[in-house]
Amino acid sequence: MFGKLTLEAVPYHEPIIMITLAVVAVLGIGIAAALTRFKKWTWLWFEWLTSVDHKKIGIMYIAVAMIMLLRGFADAIMMRGQLAVASAGAEGFLPPHHYDQIFTAHGVIMIFFMAMPFMVGLMNIVVPLQIGARDVAFPFLNSLSFWLFVVGVALINISLGVGEFAQTGWLAYPPLSGIEYSPGVGVDYWIWSLQISGLGTLLTGVNFFVTIMKMRAPGMSLMKMPVFTWTALCTNILILAAFPVLTATIALLTLDRYLGTHFFTNDMGGNQMMYVNLIWVWGHPEVYILILPAFGVFSEVVATFTKKKLFGYTSLVWATAVITILSFIVWLHHFFTMGAGANVNAFFGIATMIISIPTGVKIFNWLFTMYRGRIEFSTPIIWTIGFLITFTIGGMTGVLLAVPGADFVLHNSLFLIAHFHNVIIGGVVFGYLAGFVYWFPKAFGFKLNEKLGRIAAYLWISGFFLAFVPLYMLGFMGMTRRLNNYDNPAWTPLLYVALFGAFVVGLAILFQLIQLYVSIRDRKQNLDLTGDPWGGRTLEWSTSSPPPFYNFAHVPVVKDLDEWWEMKKDGRADKAPAKYEKIHMPRNASEGVIISAFSLVFGFAFIWHIWWLVILSTIAMLVTVIARSYNENIDYYVPVEEIKAIENKHIQVKQASQA
Amino acid sequence: MIKKRYPGLFSLLSILGTTLLLSGCDFVLFDPKGQIGVEERSLIITATLLMLIVVIPVIIMTLVFAWRYRASNTKATYTPDWSHSNKIEAVVWTVPVLIILALGTITWKTTHSLDPRQPIDSEHPHLTVQVVSLDWKWLFIYPEQGIATVNELAFPVDVPVRFEVTSASVMNSFFIPQLGSQIYAMAGMKNTLHLIANEEGVYHGLSANYSGHGFSGMKFNATVTSQEKFDEWVQQVKQSSLNLDTDKYAALEKASYNNPVERFSNVTPNFYDSIVERYTHSSGSHTHSHSEGKE
Repeated sequence: MFGKLTLEAVPYHEPIIMITLAVVAVLGIGIAAALTRFKKWTWLWFEWLTSVDHKKIGIMYIAVAMIMLLRGFADAIMMRGQLAVASAGAEGFLPPHHYDQIFTAHGVIMIFFMAMPFMVGLMNIVVPLQIGARDVAFPFLNSLSFWLFVVGVALINISLGVGEFAQTGWLAYPPLSGIEYSPGVGVDYWIWSLQISGLGTLLTGVNFFVTIMKMRAPGMSLMKMPVFTWTALCTNILILAAFPVLTATIALLTLDRYLGTHFFTNDMGGNQMMYVNLIWVWGHPEVYILILPAFGVFSEVVATFTKKKLFGYTSLVWATAVITILSFIVWLHHFFTMGAGANVNAFFGIATMIISIPTGVKIFNWLFTMYRGRIEFSTPIIWTIGFLITFTIGGMTGVLLAVPGADFVLHNSLFLIAHFHNVIIGGVVFGYLAGFVYWFPKAFGFKLNEKLGRIAAYLWISGFFLAFVPLYMLGFMGMTRRLNNYDNPAWTPLLYVALFGAFVVGLAILFQLIQLYVSIRDRKQNLDLTGDPWGGRTLEWSTSSPPPFYNFAHVPVVKDLDEWWEMKKDGRADKAPAKYEKIHMPRNASEGVIISAFSLVFGFAFIWHIWWLVILSTIAMLVTVIARSYNENIDYYVPVEEIKAIENKHIQVKQASQA
Repeated sequence: MIKKRYPGLFSLLSILGTTLLLSGCDFVLFDPKGQIGVEERSLIITATLLMLIVVIPVIIMTLVFAWRYRASNTKATYTPDWSHSNKIEAVVWTVPVLIILALGTITWKTTHSLDPRQPIDSEHPHLTVQVVSLDWKWLFIYPEQGIATVNELAFPVDVPVRFEVTSASVMNSFFIPQLGSQIYAMAGMKNTLHLIANEEGVYHGLSANYSGHGFSGMKFNATVTSQEKFDEWVQQVKQSSLNLDTDKYAALEKASYNNPVERFSNVTPNFYDSIVERYTHSSGSHTHSHSEGKE
């Protein structure tokens, strides 16, 4: 009846897990009670959960990403704690069965459920506004993408309390992830959370690619697109090209595990090297999927806060395009030690180094934007300066790892761990956090507390160095990754420093939470009434904060690269249009939530081999999709009076605040 | 408060860094004991120095520009619309291109000279050791000596060693940091790794690729001695009452944690090849005896 699922699947004997679950349960009940008490369930459903508004979907993406950041960080602290105590024969507090799930979950969560949604969330909030569009190309698909991603999050968190998660490392190399060596449900949780959320990501790729190609305001040629939108375009091209590879690879692994095929097994002609190649054919572009939008954020931030045009826009765009293409011919540098010949290794090593050229050019572009500017040291610019220094170091260690001869001793060592955290934290995370502070007033209508934001940024930057410089050193001391315990006393002091660094990062995150709390509490003092709190340059700052649900009463006609900046200079900015026209908008849709809810059941049933439920949920999904396609009540026109009222109010508030 | 904290952390870090660098021998990759390791160390240093040519100026420029062009410094030049310079573009594209050209050339050469399959030139003929990764231990077979060991490796100084590496389980990576390169151990695959130790000593070895719950215990010592001492060691192993035959191997295939050192005085000829072949036949007729209990 319930397949492999029995009551024994709940880990009663693991105190860490049970306490976590208890806290989550209490929080959940608390939130549910509050929603009931203040009669907010219908508000939640109609205003948020079924919304197809790209701004609200973006906010929900980032909210989930931040919760997952806390979860992934809790994993990180436990790993650093374990290694600080598990020396000289001591076993530490995490036995391998638990520890191995933690490092696997840490990687999966931070990449798929923290970085990806943060990036997609920023794209959602910003891209349509930057290109002067009223929504994305396929608003319903956008809602479906988000909810499919939430199902992935739900599955990985359910694995904490029902069954187990994979103990394979975040990329689940076979044969370890095959049924022979991982007979439990852990890898199945990994498979279905990635497959379902990956489908959401692919749909996002389609959606934003079409949005950017087809929905730019009149006059906005490709070379007049803001840099963040450019990087978003390249990222979505990468998603379109790379994510199908991930889906296919995991599908083959699924066949191996469920039907006993032998694509990647040790015997019957299976080939694990094929898996490793395929997963990195997705995996390397994936890191560029994450970093390119962060480059976009820094480009916007640095131009805005230096009060200066971005230096070398054209070369920056070309550098982005070159990186997009090159990112597909470097995957083998993740496994030089597999035993490919010298010619193959040398080719991939040199191809990797070539990527550092356009990346280096970008760094110089930001530097020369600062040159002869008027730099305002707000939080976003502190993240940017932290990024420039940190990322340059991370880039250097990356090129070092791209030299096969050096990689032969550094591969899979803590040096490697330090390197990719150096570029992912120093590049991706700093970038997204800068973007978060930068666009927060646009999304919510008030600024975040500046002082607390700066403290958090300084703590993050110093915490990063404290946590990862020791790891670089440990790599040179021959310490490899994913060890559960060790007996080399020379490593212990550095692991203490790394743990301390992790605590500093924890403090940084705490300051960010306090910053959020204080900013919401004091929002009345930090209201952004003009819609342009930083003196911005691009179109998103031409609307009110938060923008009306239709974004632009009149779609702007673009003449220049920094259109809003030029509009302000020419005095075109504050002109109210002579007359308004009704606006065509999509209606809210509940089908995205419903299809995803059935896909959650589908994934869970597949994980536990509950076949009747697999069939039922498949039928339910198909029926919902068919029902949706017959639903013709999906759009409406916003009447002119409503637009006029909203616009007039914004103009009044803006003039009052400027007077 | 923050301004004080920031340099404080850095000075702490640099003090810590120097102290640790002074106890240099802990940094095994900078203290290699064999030719391959020595070449890889100098490769790491050369590549790093080459990259510092561009990295150091970038860091200095970041700090200098940030300070000099701060908004409160109204004396600094301000050119809000300046956004293009062919000269600067030329420099920022050319300098990285030149560095990568140099590094690429070095990479091409060293990737070939350090190719793990490349035999090491030496007056001594090489010694062959066949390496099998199992759950969770290393099996070392000495085909020329007809002996085998578990989690214990020995070879003579200055004699190149040809490691033939495979796995009878999941993927592992065979790695002795102080001697240089590592290589993956994969079932059904024969990987080759040539290493040499130019100094006697005991070097720590491990698996560098995560392979399951007992992975942290896949440690071994590689004892490098004179040829005479090595021959003595071979004789000692030959005293062992255990033979590596099919039954014993079946026992070894069972998962174990922190497996102690084991010695086998006799090995069936071509034992290594038969292990590799078990995973290369597409018929898959063997019954695999993986028996890890669910914890």
